[in-house]
Amino acid sequence: MTNMKLTRRDFIMTAVKGAAVAALPLSAFKILSPSEAKAAIKEANVRWGFLVDTHKCVGCGFCVKACKNENEVPYDVPVTRTWVERYVVLKDGKTLIDTPHGGREGFTEQKVQEKDVDPKNIAKAFFVPKLCNQCENPPCVQVCPVGATYQTGNGVVLVDRTWCIGCGYCIMACPYGARFFHPIHKVAEKCTFCYHRITKGMKTACVDACPFGARKIGNLKDPNDPVTKIVMTERIGILKDAFGTKPQVFYLGLDDNVR
Amino acid sequence: MIPEAAHGAELAIHGAEWTIKELFTYPNEYIYWTIQIVMYPYLTGLVAGAFVLSSLYHVFGQHELKNIAKFALVFSFALLIVAPMPLLFHLQQPQRNFEVMLTPHFTSAIAAFGMVYSFYMAIVASEIWFVYRKFFVEQTIALKTKEGIGNTLLRYLYNILTLGAYDVSEEALHKDERAVKLLAGLGIPVACFLHGYAGFIFGSVKANALWMTPLMPVIFIMSAIVSGIALCMLTDIVIMEWKKFRVKTSKKPWEMTAEEIGGAEIHIIKKTSTYLLGFLIAAITLELIDLIFRGYTAMKSWDILRTVIYEKDFNKIFIMQYGMGNVVPFILLLLPGLTVRRAAVAAVLVLFGVFMMRWNVVIGGQAFSLTFAGFMHYHLPIIPHNAETFKEGLFGALFMGVLPFVLFWIFNKIVPCLKFKQGEE
Repeated sequence: MTNMKLTRRDFIMTAVKGAAVAALPLSAFKILSPSEAKAAIKEANVRWGFLVDTHKCVGCGFCVKACKNENEVPYDVPVTRTWVERYVVLKDGKTLIDTPHGGREGFTEQKVQEKDVDPKNIAKAFFVPKLCNQCENPPCVQVCPVGATYQTGNGVVLVDRTWCIGCGYCIMACPYGARFFHPIHKVAEKCTFCYHRITKGMKTACVDACPFGARKIGNLKDPNDPVTKIVMTERIGILKDAFGTKPQVFYLGLDDNVR
Repeated sequence: MIPEAAHGAELAIHGAEWTIKELFTYPNEYIYWTIQIVMYPYLTGLVAGAFVLSSLYHVFGQHELKNIAKFALVFSFALLIVAPMPLLFHLQQPQRNFEVMLTPHFTSAIAAFGMVYSFYMAIVASEIWFVYRKFFVEQTIALKTKEGIGNTLLRYLYNILTLGAYDVSEEALHKDERAVKLLAGLGIPVACFLHGYAGFIFGSVKANALWMTPLMPVIFIMSAIVSGIALCMLTDIVIMEWKKFRVKTSKKPWEMTAEEIGGAEIHIIKKTSTYLLGFLIAAITLELIDLIFRGYTAMKSWDILRTVIYEKDFNKIFIMQYGMGNVVPFILLLLPGLTVRRAAVAAVLVLFGVFMMRWNVVIGGQAFSLTFAGFMHYHLPIIPHNAETFKEGLFGALFMGVLPFVLFWIFNKIVPCLKFKQGEE
C-alpha cells in the first residue's frame, strides 16, 4: 500500500487472514466432551457414598459430637450437620420420634416427645442417624442463584462460603433438612462428608467416632470397596426417593416410619 | 443436658428467634423465610397490577381510566424500585447481592431476577419518559424565565430528563404516543412474567408440599393484578378526597380547579372495580382448584396440609384471606349503588386479603415440618432488640410498605401525575 489508503478489498483480505491465523492455535487443542473431561480427572474414579446400618446404632451421639468439633459448628447451638433420630413405635400403632439436641448427648431420657412411655407398650424402637445425602440430583445446587453451592466431581455437594449470599433457597429446597445457616459465617452450611478428610485418605469424623460401625463411607465406583459390596448385595433403602434426588446415603434396616 | 439458652443466646441461629417447634421436626428446621419474603411477592405483585391497570388505558384504550392510568404508571415505578429491597433485608450476606448479576446460576429461579427486573425497569422508565417528554421540554423552557437557585436546579434536572430530545412537534409527539403504546403492550407480558416468576420461585420447590404446584405462578399473577388495581383505586380515592377536603378547609377556594373540588370520580371507580372483580374471580377460582385438587388426590402430604389448612391456619386462610379479603369486598363491589366510600373499604380489604394470601403461602408453607410429623409456629418480632429482629420484624416490613409512598411523593414533584390540568395530554 503506497498511498496508505485502506480499500474495502484490503480490509476484507486482512480480516480473513487475521481470523485464519487466530484460529490456527485453537485447532491445536482437543475439544473434550464433558464425560471425557471428567474421565481425564482422577477424581472421577471416585464417587463417595455412605452406608448407615441402623441395626448397629445405639444412639450414643458420639458421631454428632465428633462432627461438631471437627467441622466447627458451635456445640451449643441446636443446628447440626449430622444428627440421630429416635423412633419409638407403640403397640397401638402410634409413632413417637425425637432428636434432643440432634442426639449429641445420647438418649438418656426415658421420655419421648415429652411423653412417659411404658416399655411394655413399645412394639419396636430404633435409632436412625441422618446426614446430607450428597444427592446425585441435588435440588440445593439447582436452586442456588449464584452458583455458590456445587457438586464436586466425586459427588460431594459443597458450599463456597465466600460466595454464598445467604438467601436460604437451598435450605428450602432440601427435602431432608440437611442445611442450615452457620451461626458464625452466616452462610448456608451442610455436611461435606468431611471433604477435607476423605480427600486425604481419612474417614469422616463421624465414621471414626462411631464405636459400633454403624456408619461407613466408601467409594461407590470401586467394586471392592466394603460399602459398595454391601450396597450391591444387600437390601438397602434410601430416604424420600419420591423426590427424585437420588440420595447416595444408603440405609440398612430402614423402616417405613422413618421420616 | 446443657441448657441451650445459656450458651446459644450469644450465637444467634437464624430463625430460632421467631420459630416455635411442635412435635417432631428436623433439628435444622426453622422458619427461614419470614416477613420480608412475604413483602417481596406482595410488592412485585403491586407493581405488576399497577402496570397492567395503566396499560388498560394505553393499550386497550379504556379512556375512563386515563387519569388513574398516568398515576398508576408512576406509582408502579416507585413500587418497582422498592420491590427488591425486602430481599436485601432478608439476605444473610446482603453486600453480596450483586453476585446474582455476576454469576447467575440459571437453573435457579432466583438467578433470572436481575435480568427480568432490569428489563422491566427499563420498560417502565422509558414508558414514563415518553409519556412525560413533552412536559420535560415545556418545563425546561418555562423555567428559563424564572429566577432562584431552586428553579435553576429544577431546570437542569428537567433538561437532563429530556435526554436532548426537544422536538415537541405534532409528528414527534405522535411518535411518542406510539412508543408508549408499544412499551405498555410489551410491558404486560413482562410484568406478568416478573410476577409469575416470583410464583415459580415457590411453586418449583419440590421439597415443600404446600408450595409445589404448577398453578402457583398463575395464582400469583392473578392476585398480583387484583392487589395492584386495588392499591391504585385506593390511592386515587384517598388523594382525590384529600384534595376535596382541602377545598373545604381552604382560605382561597376560588383557586381550586373543578377536578379538585369534585373528589374521586365514581365512574372511574366503577370501571376500575369491574376489572378488579374480574381478576378477583380468576384468582379465587385458581386457589380453590388448587385446594380441592390437593384434598381429592390426598397425596402423602395431605394429612399434614389438612391439619395446617383446616386447623392451625384456619383463621388466617378462611377468615382473613378468603372471608375478609375476598368474599366481603366481592359483595361490597357487587351490591348496586357503589359509593366511593364503599369502594375504598373494599379496596382496603382486597389489599389485606392479598397480603394474607402471600403470608399463608410463605409462612404457611413453613408451618409444617419436612418430617410431616411436626409443626413450626412463626412469631413476628414486633419490638426489635437487634438488627435481625428489625430487618425481619414488623418495623422492617412497615418500612418496606411505606417506602413506595415516599418515593411516589418525590416522583410526583418531578412528574406531576396527579395534576389534571385542562387540555393537558
